[in-house]
Amino acid sequence: MTDTPFVQIRHAQKAYGELEVLKDISLTVERGEIVAIIGPSGSGKSTLLRAINDLDPLTSGEVILEGVQVNKQLPHRQYEKHINEMRQQIGMVFQHFNLFPHLTVRENVTMAPKLLKGLSSADADKLAEEQLAHVGMSERIDYYPSQLSGGQKQRVAIARALAMKPKLMLFDEATSALDPELVEEVNLVMKKLAEEHMTMIIVTHEMDFAASVCDRVIFMDGGVVVEEGPPSVVFQNPTQERTQNFLRKHLAQYAEGAK
Amino acid sequence: MDIDLILRVYPYFLEAAVVTVELSVLTILLGLICGALGAAARLSRFSFVRFLGAAYVSVFRGTPALIQLFILYFGGPQIGIQLDAFEAGVIGLGVNIGAYMTETMRGAIISVDHGQAEAARTLGLSRVQAFQKVVLPQAMRLMIRPLGVNINAQIKGTALVAAISVVELTYTAQRYIGSTYKPFEMFLLAGVLYLIIITITGKFISYLDRRVRLP
Ligand SMILES: Nc1ncnc2c1ncn2[C@@H]1O[C@H](COP(=O)(O)OP(=O)(O)O)[C@@H](O)[C@H]1O
Ligand SMILES: [Mg+2]
Repeated sequence: MTDTPFVQIRHAQKAYGELEVLKDISLTVERGEIVAIIGPSGSGKSTLLRAINDLDPLTSGEVILEGVQVNKQLPHRQYEKHINEMRQQIGMVFQHFNLFPHLTVRENVTMAPKLLKGLSSADADKLAEEQLAHVGMSERIDYYPSQLSGGQKQRVAIARALAMKPKLMLFDEATSALDPELVEEVNLVMKKLAEEHMTMIIVTHEMDFAASVCDRVIFMDGGVVVEEGPPSVVFQNPTQERTQNFLRKHLAQYAEGAK
Repeated sequence: MDIDLILRVYPYFLEAAVVTVELSVLTILLGLICGALGAAARLSRFSFVRFLGAAYVSVFRGTPALIQLFILYFGGPQIGIQLDAFEAGVIGLGVNIGAYMTETMRGAIISVDHGQAEAARTLGLSRVQAFQKVVLPQAMRLMIRPLGVNINAQIKGTALVAAISVVELTYTAQRYIGSTYKPFEMFLLAGVLYLIIITITGKFISYLDRRVRLP
């Protein structure tokens, strides 16, 4: 099965009424590959990412994970069952963490495995301890989300997603809501996942991170993929004018922020 | 002020206060049931069910509770519904307050951040699981205080059943005025008893709210 791509997006289109947000996007991601999606705000990055687990259904087009179509057209009940199975294999991390505030860190991590995989409390606890150790959050296992910093919340959110043992992880600007000094601890966790060859699709504004961690960079603008390639090419020698403009503006902002 | 009179009649007012408490408890329970069903209907996937929920709310909030009570108690027999005054009071006022509670519960549910259900669905939880495990526990915490406002209104609202002769606090006060001609004392006594019931209930609701509050 090495010849079928791990993740395949075929002719993805999405419109909100008149507004075309994704215009016929096709791309593939290989197993173990780490892909960054960059582009200006409103270019459709989140929409594309959220189409992968059918959180924002496409208007047309297909998303295929290991040969299985994620966004199958099925009668309601069958679709529900199918999509819940698919989503268990696809972890997602949000900009605003979306931890469950009424549950402790431990419970945030164990809820889905207990409910969906029938883990016993003891096994689920062990799993939570493992996953939280992995993101360096063991000490806060019995805290509530409100008692954590943004960076800690995001690390717990990552542990929560990993506890379902996903095949693919999606990150939608996981560090954008964080204070600058908390970005690094989350980036370190993501780097660690990269070293473990987790397949990841990462929407990010952090060009440095994309350049150092990702195998491939996809630049989107106006609902299309303008340019894609290894970071060395996209960042150093972009062929498209739109990419050049975006990078120039972004790097200027960086310089601005550094002052 | 005729203190002797008050001391003489207050045991009868206490009995009446028990009826007011019973009416309050039963109408609130019925209201909570109607509210939960109404909120579920208002948030249904099916537009016809949503319409039913909306119709329930606008009819019962859009007409005086007293008229609803009169239709049920005086008009009921005409269409084959025979209820005694107490039953009519419980059903009439319970269904009425349920319309307000529908909106309270719906408001609490929709004010839970949409990202919560999304995160749950992303993990693979079904719609129902996401609602039960993630949205509802948060919504319940949010609805305790506003439901407290509905409950406060409902306890005072039980006075309406005096109009269909249920022997509760307000009716009892009126009856004793008939024989004593001391409306000031009689209504004051009833008012104090209402105040006690409402204060205790309010304290209980604050306690509940504190109990479930998150760190
Ligand atoms: N629910 C929605 N309804 C209407 N338009 C939307 C909705 N969600 C996103 N959009 C629009 O789609 C475009 C792409 O949004 P998004 O994918 O969030 O961009 P990005 O993540 O690249 O900033 C934007 O113009 C946005 O306003
Ligand atoms: Mg976005």
